[in-house]
Amino acid sequence: MAVDKSERLLNLTICLLSTKRYVSKDEIRSAVQGYRDQSDSAFERMFERDKEELRELGVPIETGSFEHFFDDEQGYRISPADFELPPIELTADEAATLGVAARAWRQASVASSTQNAMRKLRAAGVEPDDARLPRLEPVVTAREAGFEQWVDAMIDRRRVTFDYADKGTRTVEPWGITSAKGRWYVVGFDPDRQAPRMFRLSRVRTVTKVSRRAGEFTLPADVDIRELARALEPPASTAEATVALRVGRAAGLRRRGTAATAPADVRLPQGFEVVTVGYAGRDSMVGELAVYGPDVVVLDPPELRTALLRHLAGVGRRGTRSEQTR
Amino acid sequence: MSGSHSQVARLLSLVPYLQQHDGVHIDQVAAAFEVTPRQIRQDLQVLYWCGLPELMPGDYIEVDLEAVDGHGSIHLSNADYFARPMRFTPDEAVALVLALRSLRELADPARFAVIDSLLDKLSAAAGDRAEAASRTQVRVSGGTEEVRAAVHQALGEGVRLDLTYDVASRAETTQRQVDPLRASVRDGYAYLDAWCWSAGGLRSFRMDRIVRAVPTDQPVERHQVTLPDPDAPWFADEADAPQVTLTLAPQAHWIAEYYPVEQQTAGVGDELVVTLRVIDQAWFRALLLRLGDGVRAVDPPLAAETADQRAAEALDQYAALGMGRDDPGPTGLG
Repeated sequence: MAVDKSERLLNLTICLLSTKRYVSKDEIRSAVQGYRDQSDSAFERMFERDKEELRELGVPIETGSFEHFFDDEQGYRISPADFELPPIELTADEAATLGVAARAWRQASVASSTQNAMRKLRAAGVEPDDARLPRLEPVVTAREAGFEQWVDAMIDRRRVTFDYADKGTRTVEPWGITSAKGRWYVVGFDPDRQAPRMFRLSRVRTVTKVSRRAGEFTLPADVDIRELARALEPPASTAEATVALRVGRAAGLRRRGTAATAPADVRLPQGFEVVTVGYAGRDSMVGELAVYGPDVVVLDPPELRTALLRHLAGVGRRGTRSEQTR
Repeated sequence: MSGSHSQVARLLSLVPYLQQHDGVHIDQVAAAFEVTPRQIRQDLQVLYWCGLPELMPGDYIEVDLEAVDGHGSIHLSNADYFARPMRFTPDEAVALVLALRSLRELADPARFAVIDSLLDKLSAAAGDRAEAASRTQVRVSGGTEEVRAAVHQALGEGVRLDLTYDVASRAETTQRQVDPLRASVRDGYAYLDAWCWSAGGLRSFRMDRIVRAVPTDQPVERHQVTLPDPDAPWFADEADAPQVTLTLAPQAHWIAEYYPVEQQTAGVGDELVVTLRVIDQAWFRALLLRLGDGVRAVDPPLAAETADQRAAEALDQYAALGMGRDDPGPTGLG
């Protein structure tokens, strides 16, 4: 029954927390309600499970022995210094900020981790005040299936093997987790490629294996996850285009661009202005330019214009193609 | 997580909390712990049987259950070993740090210092259990600091904003006045939710598309609106919007991951067939233009008409400027 078990787990914690020396299994058995009436083997199983469960909750149970255990029997204890949250004092501003952040997570298991952390802070005398900043909703979402599994593997440093989109089986030692534009990525070391790699969680089809042992790998001492994630992102602008924009249109391009003058040999239609704008991949730039239709004229480079013209012709042809396939 | 698992976690915080707040009302405890008063009463019943009568000097934890049942106030004592709550676990540190980093990407730049000092204090309290949290980050597309400062100033003072805003799907810049209601993050983008006087209704403005925001000295008015839950899937209440089915070549398969797709089936060969709802015609036109011949069929075909026209206009314009293609394109199929 749940209540009995809670009682036993709490009594075990109290027992181990209020002793300075290591206490033996026999002592625990006679001291903690719920163990006494068990057979030897039932007690052993129960005690092992209880220890495991408390450790999962974050209770730091130490194992060791003092010399007076001549037979080398192991004893257990919880050191208050490891157990207790150190003192923490927040200003009124910080408490208000904490109150807003506390409601950010919408992903069930992480929300419950936040809730546990907030209870601890309240029990430490912190009074988070979420009423002072009511107009802020910094929602963090993780819709990716298996998100918690990845967070756990990252925390415990377990190696993960998975099927990745159409790229087959991959393995990663998850160094860190990052999110950009609402999508979650795992950054880590790919032992097959012998190099750091970044994987998008939404493209993970299934996780096929998580190493059982925690602490399976170590991180390089100087690794900075934020730096690395940035480095593994597609490059920023590598090329520059000169384009004419219809006045009052194509705002996104204009905002990214710098005002320029038209080359002398180009005759622009009325109501256009010229900007230069940087871009990384030609294909994605062509896609973006196509959206603006006749509101944008690519002046330079000619290869970009050629690619755009081919792309636009593809839009027009699609209708015909679709009828052919019917 | 089993019932006892979460109950034990709660009890380990409840005992120090009750010792900190002697005589606190059970309803206040329930509110602070986000559970029902009945659950707190059950928790107290468990604590009533906890303590260490055998091994150490001392006794059971003392809980005055009569006082609880009489007037709701809780007195708990004789639990010195639980004077402090437990340290954060690594996953709790990750949750707190990511929430605060997300807030930092949304907040008024004037609040950065407070958020940073809060992050420092929490990390210090977590000690080595904050190690994993230092390996996480969340980035939100949140617009420039000037725009954010102006938006938060207007929210704080309750004044109307002059907004210069890029409507992406229409590719045009607009001027409007809005009464700001809330700053929120949705799917990694920061938004200003506001009453828009031009549209006469509630609108969400993506912060990174706000070109300029200038607070006025005119106070905002009261509006009878319900702000959407920032976590609600986009278009959840747009079930009436027309459906369109697209046949996608491999280079366009990504849209099934990016947009809410109602149906998705394998097509002929390497094709993927997806069905989506078109709430905004301009958005759909932009999608077709972006994908080019990555879309191999549109059903109903009429849905593609304006995109085809825009593409044709653009091609005509290049031809008129002497920059058109002489070659009409590859003769094979897309």
